[in-house]
Amino acid sequence: MDQPLDYGRSRQSIAVKLLSLNWGLVLLLGVVAAIGIAMLYSAANGNWQPWAAKQAMRFGVAALVMVAAALVDLRTWLRIAYWFYGIVMVLLIAVEIRGAVGMGAQRWIDLGIIQIQPSELMKIAAMMALARYFNGLTIEETARPLRLVVPALLVLFPAALVLKQPDLGTAMMLALGGAAMFFLAGVRLWQFGLVIAGGVGAVPIAWRFLRDYQKNRIYTFLDPENDPLGAGYHSLQSKIAIGSGGIGGKGFLMGTQSHLSFLPERQTDFIFTMLAEEWGLIGGLVLLGLYLLIVVYGYAIAFRCRSHFGRLLALGITVNLFLYVFINTAMVMGLIPVVGVPLPLISYGGTAMLTVMFGFGVLMSVYIHRDVRIGRFGDGGE
Amino acid sequence: MADKHENNRSKLLTRRALLLAGGQAALLGTVAGRLYFLEVVQADRYQMLADENRISIRLIAPPRGRILDRFGVPLASNRSTYRAQFIADQSGDIAATLDAVGRLVPFSDGDRRRVLHDIRVKHGFVPVVLKENMSWDEMSRIEVNTLELAGVSIEQGLMRDYPFADKVAHVVGYVAAVSEQDLSGDDPLLELPDFRIGKNGVEKAFDIQLRGTAGTSQVEVNAFGQVVRELAREDGMSGQEIVLGLDMALQDLAMQRCAAEGSASCVLLDLWTGEVLALASSPSYDPGAFAAGLSAAEWQKLVSDPMNPLSHKAISGTYAPGSTFKPMVAMAALDAGLITPDTEFFCPGEFTLGNAVFHCWKKGGHGAISLNRAIRESCDVFFYHTADVCGIDRLAAMANRFGLGVELGIEIPGERTGLIPTRGWKLATTGETWQRGDTISCGIGQGYVSATPLQLAIYVARIASGRRIAPRLVRAPGVMASGADAAAAPSQDFASMAIAEKHFEAVRHAMWSVANEQHGTAYHARITEPGLEMAGKTGTAQVHHVNKEVRDRGIVTGTSVPWKDRDHALFISFAPADAPRYACAVVVEHGGASGGEGGAVAAPIARDVLILAQKRDPVHRVPETPFGAPARLAQG
Repeated sequence: MDQPLDYGRSRQSIAVKLLSLNWGLVLLLGVVAAIGIAMLYSAANGNWQPWAAKQAMRFGVAALVMVAAALVDLRTWLRIAYWFYGIVMVLLIAVEIRGAVGMGAQRWIDLGIIQIQPSELMKIAAMMALARYFNGLTIEETARPLRLVVPALLVLFPAALVLKQPDLGTAMMLALGGAAMFFLAGVRLWQFGLVIAGGVGAVPIAWRFLRDYQKNRIYTFLDPENDPLGAGYHSLQSKIAIGSGGIGGKGFLMGTQSHLSFLPERQTDFIFTMLAEEWGLIGGLVLLGLYLLIVVYGYAIAFRCRSHFGRLLALGITVNLFLYVFINTAMVMGLIPVVGVPLPLISYGGTAMLTVMFGFGVLMSVYIHRDVRIGRFGDGGE
Repeated sequence: MADKHENNRSKLLTRRALLLAGGQAALLGTVAGRLYFLEVVQADRYQMLADENRISIRLIAPPRGRILDRFGVPLASNRSTYRAQFIADQSGDIAATLDAVGRLVPFSDGDRRRVLHDIRVKHGFVPVVLKENMSWDEMSRIEVNTLELAGVSIEQGLMRDYPFADKVAHVVGYVAAVSEQDLSGDDPLLELPDFRIGKNGVEKAFDIQLRGTAGTSQVEVNAFGQVVRELAREDGMSGQEIVLGLDMALQDLAMQRCAAEGSASCVLLDLWTGEVLALASSPSYDPGAFAAGLSAAEWQKLVSDPMNPLSHKAISGTYAPGSTFKPMVAMAALDAGLITPDTEFFCPGEFTLGNAVFHCWKKGGHGAISLNRAIRESCDVFFYHTADVCGIDRLAAMANRFGLGVELGIEIPGERTGLIPTRGWKLATTGETWQRGDTISCGIGQGYVSATPLQLAIYVARIASGRRIAPRLVRAPGVMASGADAAAAPSQDFASMAIAEKHFEAVRHAMWSVANEQHGTAYHARITEPGLEMAGKTGTAQVHHVNKEVRDRGIVTGTSVPWKDRDHALFISFAPADAPRYACAVVVEHGGASGGEGGAVAAPIARDVLILAQKRDPVHRVPETPFGAPARLAQG
């Protein structure tokens, strides 16, 4: 090591860390959140209540959480990765048990101003745990199927719990995010082939575990015109609202379908529909472009990071964001069945906002600590 | 070695990351492409679907055309009604709102229970009716206080209004809710829930004209079907106004006089034009009740009334014409040259044909009697002889020429033709051949003969004018009666009866004698005002055949007989006698309140109606009076 700098230096001052925050990314997040708040203002027919003001406040809180997460040393994240995962898992099981006892009522933990859904947090926790696990494996070890049992369980166990809730969207995101991590870690492609084949084989079994309404959603996805007032209503109305927006949109606050309540859940899962109705193709593409920029930032941060753990973590978080965006937009446009996944930073909701911003905080921690050496065993290398 | 491994691992990660980025780019491209597909390629289709979603086309019922009398007095019009509605979702405190409503307008506990029940069973955004048929006063009290009445709104509607209620019900008819059978037409208006169509009288006959055409309103609705705002409106066409020839003042008098006699009817014609000036039938009913919706009990009361208020007796009641038939019999014989005004028959009080004996109403008989006296004193035997020499064929043909036994084609439904029997008719109906005795019964308007009051009026109008007058209820659209109109000469549109004028003169003179000479059967009901004199003929129609047994017991009349068994009293007349302008027929079922005969019960009604008709006539013989200025009447 002929580098003059001491990359292993354990402490940077907080001021230095704050200055070295990725302010471009912060700005991007702020713009997207502002768009979200504007849409919520419109969703309430031009009112700050009941959504926009609260969402702005939450964004403020979440931004603080983000900065706090960014300031935490990357090595600390590595160290506590399993603990963190373990705690979230306990919470997840706890709400699951309480949910089962309380007749499936609440799936969240009330923290006063913000309610935490452990399943949301699990998306980040699983990424972190996987990054740590794969950081500790050599290429050769990664190639050994037995080595993959533990990380597979790390993903599949919470995914199964969430699926049972039932929350198809989150389960899907956990599984896909996990798969992306496996892929990035260098798991052999033939092994993926095997898993996919196994997965297809398991569809008939999984089908039996799906709730009726979940099955209906899939039926409806396959033939949406079949039942326009029943299960296909959401999907059809969403497409109508988007399609009627045209290139330039109907104008801010002028979306007819959303404001006349034809569009369900316009402030949460279907907020992209409202945006596309009011701001048209142009608005939709601008937002997708902003998300693309965020993803590009994520990749850039990953590539500039020197540690394997940091890269895996940055990519995992980026993939996670991408999955949110893709699943949500593809869902509202009828490309995939309706599963409950919010649009990050835009949809009304505290947990998703907090989770996403926490994720970005960790991402920025990777950025700030990009040059920190972290060995396979979290020891500073060699 | 560790560095090399780290390096390899880093390369692998970079490669995989780039692959993943490629995959993500492809997925994001798919999403962007889908967005383009929806918002550009399929934009038109979804635009249309979006409009279908939110734009709802509602029909606007046009205001129904009014029905006016000849001077423009409304007989049927539209009245605004107001209905208070309540949307529970928009009210903070339902109980408080209902309390507040109760302080402003009458709102019973029953109303309150119904409203609360409706709110419970319906969605919160569905309007619930608080109060129907509110007056303008009640409506404005609520309207002024809407700020405190969250969720309460006022809806305006139109309701058919009949200002004269039962006075002209049979002519005007009524409207009622559309029934299953009415839905055959393709007018979308019929499917409106509150729509009413004409079910009787002019309302029914001219329903299409009165109805107008529907307007449309394009409204924006939300996903719950609530109207958010109106986008466009296309007004329909109001229904046409229908002007009747009827004069409400005359109708009112006729109705009053008929109602006083129980079950009776009166027809007054302008025989210059054929216009029906009054068409009264009693008892009557309130057509407004039908428009509002009739309860089962109310309906039961109407149909079970022995005096049958629903029946339009003036055009649907068929009665034996009795002695009012005699002028026609005389015309038939005169026209055929079988008698002259001087031909005398001897009346011993009865007429024998084989074993059968036909009685004159006058027990001792009239002695030698000729046409004028025979009509004046209504000698039966004279007309037994006359009918006998004429034969039924001539009688029937002449009766038909006078409008008896044929359809007259008045514009409203319910007209009946009565019956003028013929040989063929009797054979077909009873299987028996026509007998001379049948003809003799017909000679005094008994036996098989029957006619409606309208037919009797047309018949006397034809005697008075010598023309084939036809009845007309409705005037040309929008044309009110005026002074100029009233000055019109007898219409040449009506063909001549093609009977020698001297025969008419003889019969008219005889009818003048009936109502103006002592011994005339209507002498006591004569018009004494100079220039307004009427001519007429009384009649009494037996409801039950009088056989020998009854006659031997002694014929009882008047109120000592049960109402249903009493004879009908009839009177046909025209005035002024020397230049006839008005024709009138009156039928009082079972002799009315006093059980009297035609001359005593029916003639006074005709007299009073004819006097008023002549006095209201703007140019005809009315001396200028300070009040009854013709021009003012004409302007209505």
